[in-house]
Amino acid sequence: MTDPSTAATGAAVTTAAGEFVTAAEHVEAPGKPRSLASDAWHDLRRRPLFIISALLIALVLLMAIWPSLFTSVDPNYGDLARSRQGPSAQAWFGYDNQGYDLYARTIYGSRASIIVGISATLLTVLIGATLGLLAGYYGGWLDGLMSRVADVFFGLPFVLGAIVILSSFRSSGDASATEIIVLVVLSISVLSWPVCMRIMRSAAIAAKQQDYVKAARALGASTPRIMVRHLLPNTIAPVLVYATIALGAFIGAEATLSFLGIGLRAPVVSWGVMISDSRDVIRVAPHILLFPAAFLTATVLAFVMLGDAVREALDPKAR
Amino acid sequence: MSDTIIEVRDLVKHFPVRVGVLFKRVVGHVRAVDGVSFDLKRGETLGVVGESGCGKSTLAQVLMRLEPATSGSATFEGRNMLTMKGSELRKLRRDIQIVLQDPYTSLNPRMTVGDIVGEPFEIHPEVAPKGSRAQKVRELLDVVGLNPEHINRYPHQFSGGQRQRIGIARALALRPKVIVCDEPVSALDVSIQAQVMNLLGDLQTEFGLSYVFIAHDLSVVRHLSDRVAVMYLGKIVEVGTEEEIYEHPTHPYTQALLSAVPVPDPELRDQRQVIRLEGDVPSPVDPPSGCRFRTRCWKARDICATEVPELVTRVGNHPSACHFAEEKSVVP
Repeated sequence: MTDPSTAATGAAVTTAAGEFVTAAEHVEAPGKPRSLASDAWHDLRRRPLFIISALLIALVLLMAIWPSLFTSVDPNYGDLARSRQGPSAQAWFGYDNQGYDLYARTIYGSRASIIVGISATLLTVLIGATLGLLAGYYGGWLDGLMSRVADVFFGLPFVLGAIVILSSFRSSGDASATEIIVLVVLSISVLSWPVCMRIMRSAAIAAKQQDYVKAARALGASTPRIMVRHLLPNTIAPVLVYATIALGAFIGAEATLSFLGIGLRAPVVSWGVMISDSRDVIRVAPHILLFPAAFLTATVLAFVMLGDAVREALDPKAR
Repeated sequence: MSDTIIEVRDLVKHFPVRVGVLFKRVVGHVRAVDGVSFDLKRGETLGVVGESGCGKSTLAQVLMRLEPATSGSATFEGRNMLTMKGSELRKLRRDIQIVLQDPYTSLNPRMTVGDIVGEPFEIHPEVAPKGSRAQKVRELLDVVGLNPEHINRYPHQFSGGQRQRIGIARALALRPKVIVCDEPVSALDVSIQAQVMNLLGDLQTEFGLSYVFIAHDLSVVRHLSDRVAVMYLGKIVEVGTEEEIYEHPTHPYTQALLSAVPVPDPELRDQRQVIRLEGDVPSPVDPPSGCRFRTRCWKARDICATEVPELVTRVGNHPSACHFAEEKSVVP
């Protein structure tokens, strides 16, 4: 397994011709037993797609954790005299309507967007996948109950539901940034988990009827063991795909809620806030929209690519 | 080596048929297994034959405790195996293992061969200490005729026959006393079938295994079995030694089955008499009264509709569930 393509041909030949051991096999260390996870990691490290997306994500995370590494400008210092100025040597991305430095704001804005995107996705997948796995595996009344509850949440329109949740739980007037972020994350997750649950449920129903689950039960495997060792690895792929798509959508949802005035708002900086700020001046100063939107797109793309690479690495047949 | 290891008496498995969306109503039962009795002796192979849907696989599931039995009893070494729980059931799992039919779905595609064959040791850690597991897995792969160096490969990199060997290695890992083979060769090519059956035969001699060997192919069963039970619609219609069933069948269904076995000798082919059965297998939800085979039997009389023929010895020296059992050699 020096090179993925050689390994693939080696596998094809051995499958067809039984006991033949090809050159690629000799390279494989015969001594150490390996698992799916370590094989996947081996495979991932060689994928350019994974390396590029991982680097991009690392960069964005670095921006979110230590924004001061990238800029020393205060993102909340506005000077109306330089309002809507284009990119220059002083301000690489130019200034927005209020005369804020766009580069500094884009860097500082990554934190809120990333926190909302990642935690909302994690929470959604955690709730949805757990409930979906339980519902799919046990079936019966548990499945019926969970599916109907999911239907109730599924029936709520996202924006309407988020408005209701955010406006009723938000303490009046000056809520702190953390509080709003937590509320935004919660409202996104609460309204989105049914999708993930349905994906997981159908995958679990398909997987639990496979013979290998029967064989594991015949060996005396416990239910948690069957779920973790047999069902989860075979059902996680579609959820992973959903998660990477959802991550982008959730960062966008944060922007939507900011735009509607119930999500984050100044003085908190986020890409969503910046995009919604730019709406009035798009025609005269498109760069105000361009830079936060480009960062948003690149981040979402990086996560989608990462999810794709991980999904393929976890499927031995695709190797 | 003649003591009984599994004793099954009047084993019944009915699946309820439910209709309705919210309030499910039971409208009937699929009588998949309907009063099956047999003994399995230590070291012997009991072949179970019958056409699709006659309840062979359900019987295997019930014996493996994958499905609860509706009624009846089954004992393993004298202990009731249908009511075992907890540690006793765990112990039973070590003694009875299963080889499943389809080698393409019976191995988890995301586990390496080492993980698949090593899983029994993880579930029953008392069988092998942690350090010795990798070595044991290699030994098992060697025993079933696979290259022990392929421990890090995935199932899709193997052919059907090799996969079935992996399944057999998994079943062997715990050194069981009984292996239930649920059509282990039906999904394989004929040339591979022979290899896998020979492997099963060798393993039996090596480890002193008892097999419940389920198949729908009479020649496959004959190759391996000491005794054969013929099933039809959830009941055993005839049971006897391999020779009694194949040379001296007394039940019309067995005779019909045997007459359908291809004869490789063109000289003899003209001499044999082919019994063609009319119609289909009746629905197991509503089986015929009396003898279940009467709707397709050329010997059926009035008594067949009213009285259930018991599985007792009428002619010859093996039991047959037919009122008009008579010996008739169909294989030339």
